Amino acid sequence: MPVALFWTFVVIMLAFGVMVVVFRNPVASALSLVVCFLGLAALYISLDAFFLGVIQILVYAGAVMVLFLFIIMLLDLKGEQRRSFNLIAVFGGVVVIVLFVKVLSDVCYGYQSGNAVFPAITHNAEHGDTWQVGMALFEQYKLPLQMIGTLIVVASVGAVLLSKRELK
Amino acid sequence: MNSAPWIILFSPLVAAALIAVATQPFKKLSSYLSVAAVAISFLFSLTLFGGPDQDGSFNWIDLGVFQVRLGYLIDGFSKMMLLVVTGVGFLIHVYSIGYMHDDRGRSRYFAGLSLFMFSMLGIVLANNFIMMFIFWELVGVSSYILIGHWFDRPSAADAANKALIVNRIGDFGFMLGILMVWSASGTVMFGELSSKWSTLGLGATYATIAALMIFCGAVGKSAQFPLHVWLPDAMEGPTPVSALIHAATMVAAGVYMLARVYFLFAGSAAALTVVLWIGLITSLLAALMATQQSDIKRVLAYSTLSQLGLMVSAIGLGVPVSALFHLFTHAFFKALLFLGAGSVIHSLHNEQNMWQMGGLRRKMPLTFWTFLIGTLALSGCPPLAGFWSKDGIVAAAFAHNGFAGLVISVINFFTAFYMMRLFVVSFLGTARSEAADHAHESPPVMTVPLVLLAIPSLIAGFPPIEHIFFPNAGAEEPSIGAIAVSLAVFIGGIAAGFVLYRGKTSDPVSVPLFANRFYIDQFYSVLVKWTQDALARVAAFIDRWVIDGGIVRGLGGTTWGFGFALRFLQIGNLQAYAFLFGFGVVLLLYLILFAT
Amino acid sequence: MATLNDYLLASGLLFTVGFAGVLLRRNLIVIFMALELMLNAANLSLVGFSRFHTQAGLPDYNAQVLVFFIITVAAAEVAVGLAVIVALYRAKQTTHIEDLNSLKF
Repeated sequence: MPVALFWTFVVIMLAFGVMVVVFRNPVASALSLVVCFLGLAALYISLDAFFLGVIQILVYAGAVMVLFLFIIMLLDLKGEQRRSFNLIAVFGGVVVIVLFVKVLSDVCYGYQSGNAVFPAITHNAEHGDTWQVGMALFEQYKLPLQMIGTLIVVASVGAVLLSKRELK
Repeated sequence: MNSAPWIILFSPLVAAALIAVATQPFKKLSSYLSVAAVAISFLFSLTLFGGPDQDGSFNWIDLGVFQVRLGYLIDGFSKMMLLVVTGVGFLIHVYSIGYMHDDRGRSRYFAGLSLFMFSMLGIVLANNFIMMFIFWELVGVSSYILIGHWFDRPSAADAANKALIVNRIGDFGFMLGILMVWSASGTVMFGELSSKWSTLGLGATYATIAALMIFCGAVGKSAQFPLHVWLPDAMEGPTPVSALIHAATMVAAGVYMLARVYFLFAGSAAALTVVLWIGLITSLLAALMATQQSDIKRVLAYSTLSQLGLMVSAIGLGVPVSALFHLFTHAFFKALLFLGAGSVIHSLHNEQNMWQMGGLRRKMPLTFWTFLIGTLALSGCPPLAGFWSKDGIVAAAFAHNGFAGLVISVINFFTAFYMMRLFVVSFLGTARSEAADHAHESPPVMTVPLVLLAIPSLIAGFPPIEHIFFPNAGAEEPSIGAIAVSLAVFIGGIAAGFVLYRGKTSDPVSVPLFANRFYIDQFYSVLVKWTQDALARVAAFIDRWVIDGGIVRGLGGTTWGFGFALRFLQIGNLQAYAFLFGFGVVLLLYLILFAT
Repeated sequence: MATLNDYLLASGLLFTVGFAGVLLRRNLIVIFMALELMLNAANLSLVGFSRFHTQAGLPDYNAQVLVFFIITVAAAEVAVGLAVIVALYRAKQTTHIEDLNSLKF
């Protein structure tokens, strides 16, 4: 994938991530998060993880965020109040952010072998990405799969129980 | 290994065990068992007497680096002592059958007597310090049991406690001495020690202190000053017990031990001087105290103290054989005197105050004449036994130090004086009370032992007889001067006692200092009280401030303080927790990845 | 071509943004959403490594399976967490985090 495209999607992801944190209206935050996930899915695709990219959109953007929006609507939340703008705090925050990004990039680019180009992969026409993940799931990771199933059942039951209204 | 010594040693123990376990309800059987056991020991002692010196032992505890051996050492000293202990013991056992006839605790009494015989024979036979110490303590226990025989009497129970505790103090020093000797020489066997001790090249201080610590044991057991306070109170026990234990045998164990290990003292002039002067002080104090006592047994007890002091000073003068010879004769006439006193007490229905007696010459003739023989023997009347044995000590004293000789002569004067006082007041004159008026002679089971003891009191001092028992005694030239002084002192004392007390109904002389025993008991009780109070105060302080305040409340308070301080971390703000959490993770990562 | 380090940097920045959101926002739901951002950042770095460590010409699918599990678990966690928030809103009538301080000493 061309570098420009990569950086575009990274910028989308990070920008909308920041907007999640910044917007006062929770609905706006939720919708920004959806776009962030879209950017993230694009990055997954760029890493030849096609199955995961699609799952990311289906599950996260499609189910999890919808759930979030349902709850926000249910609880009828208002936006937060605007807080006082403290110049010194903001300035200090910006300094910290710059320093932090510097340190982070030093650490990341310090990982020598990570500077190499990704190795080539041969896409198998017959057994695509989904097939491979599916086989790995059902052959090597049978037991964790079953446990995940149980976990989801338990979570569903728990969610129902927790949000049940007391029957008068 | 010869079995005779073991039979001598263990037959009284068997009797004591049988009585304790099986025959307690059968009082007569118990008494016969006890007497039989002593008789067996006496017979075997006779067989050993004629035999050669021997030595044998076996390992009782063997832990490799530490061994306790039980064994016997049969030599001149122990042969003589065995005969004295078992012979006098046998006579006293027989006498007890009569004296304790009405007593309800007879079985217990005879079990105690047998236990005592076992322990005393253990001391006599012992061939090493550890065995001797074990039996030393056993003798102390037997003495406690027997003094406290009538334990429902508070004075008897207190006296038994006093005896045991004071003895313990002496035994503590004894143990220290044994440890010092053992660590210096590596052995506790008497035989090895006697040859090794002088070659060890110890410093004079160490040898003196070791010897003096060993002497502490004798100070306790033989009731020397300052641990003499238990012996007069020990008269709370039955009279045969006083005769056996506190006159003839147990208290003599200290002197016997000193004679056995005399080689420890031989090299140290300082130790010998200390021994001499403690003996002399004890003897003089006791003689003075005896001149003012009204209880017949107390007079005899102080007399025992005085004679023991003489024996100990003989050790200090460097003549252990003379000390043992005096021990030998003293056992006979002192036991005789005690048994005679017991006969009088029994016949006067437990009256012990001599001012309530009198006029017993026609009513108790056997007791009268045997008691007179005992008195004369003790006072040093020639040619009775006491004269010969005291002469040895007096001669050695004059040879060593004129002042010591003078002190001993003064002591002998007072001895004759108070014994005559006792005899005149108790037996002569007219009956001074109802009980004395109705006195009658004691039964033969009590008077026969008196007669049998009077015989050696008469003849045991003669040189040929002395030589049978003390073959190693050197034939000293009798010093005419010493004999003259002894005779003068004897006659003077007898005369003074007779003249002063003939026909009196109450004591004409009153010296409160002597009568109150120099206030030593009061001094000790104040000392003990003071020490206990001080200790109690220290303990209370530690308990209240250190343990309760410091440790208990301190720990509690510290925990509470920590809890209180840490409470302020619970601020309830979720985001603060998250921040701290993240901070902690970063710190951990940094430490793991970069700091190690 | 983007290298692994670039993906790692992106993942790190996303994680930081999520963490900042957890610390700075006052609304409980938004905090929860920022939490999701952090999870996804981890997923991104996992997928990056999966592509980087190839085995026999194919990416390492173990990491992708792990990412699958993480997504599933995150979904379950969101379900339960939002149910809890609903119950909490019913009890306290607020989702403002500073009102939830019952455990204060």
